Amino acid sequence: MERQQLTLDSTLESVDEAEAIVIREAEKTGFEEDDQQQIGMAVRECMVNAVVHGNRYNRKKKVHLELEPSNEGLTVVIGDEGDGFDVNALPDPLLPENLMRQSGRGLLLVRAFMDEFHVQPRTGGGTEVRLTKTLTK
Amino acid sequence: MSVKLTSRQVGDVTVIDAAGRITLGEAASAFRDTIREYAGKGNKKLLLNLSDVSYIDSSGIGEMVSGFTTVTNNGGQLKLVGLSKRIKDLLQITKLYTVFDVYDDEAQAVRSFS
Repeated sequence: MERQQLTLDSTLESVDEAEAIVIREAEKTGFEEDDQQQIGMAVRECMVNAVVHGNRYNRKKKVHLELEPSNEGLTVVIGDEGDGFDVNALPDPLLPENLMRQSGRGLLLVRAFMDEFHVQPRTGGGTEVRLTKTLTK
Repeated sequence: MSVKLTSRQVGDVTVIDAAGRITLGEAASAFRDTIREYAGKGNKKLLLNLSDVSYIDSSGIGEMVSGFTTVTNNGGQLKLVGLSKRIKDLLQITKLYTVFDVYDDEAQAVRSFS
């Protein structure tokens, strides 16, 4: 099981590319199809955050993707070069007053689909999210 | 663009058939524009058929919510039919299953419009 590191442009094409790469890796790691799709969607949502909200489509800024497969599961790390954000300051999309908002559900889906989700400042600037899904045997 | 949108009339209900992936970008924009177009034309009874939608992300869900609000504010109704288990799961997680009127069967959905 090899660790992979990729540097991607701040484009929506990179979002599709990252999702496809991660789904393939999840399959190789031994996840069933439903889990592969959930991991893929979690990565898509985090990639969108990195490209759109973090790097703001800035061509000079990159998105850093790391895949860490193991016998226990798969960890994906996604880093942007944006200004950072406070995850605790985001509105709860499940509150009645927020239910009909157009946006703000991405991280809710990430938390629902992954076993672990951590957000921290990235070394050198930006934000890094670490997602882990564990294989159930 | 990875979503195809077509419409047909079943009695006085406008059925919008969506197929493909509805994700951030052109697909979600097309999805939004189509719902708004029909709402703007005065169609009060809109049924969104998602039978051939293989994937929808949070942006697509957001456009569906936005479309629901637009149609409702115009005095109309937007209902959903043909959701895959994965899309139903997404609506459960986001608590939107209680917001949308969801049907498995198109004929039943069409009849439900008052």
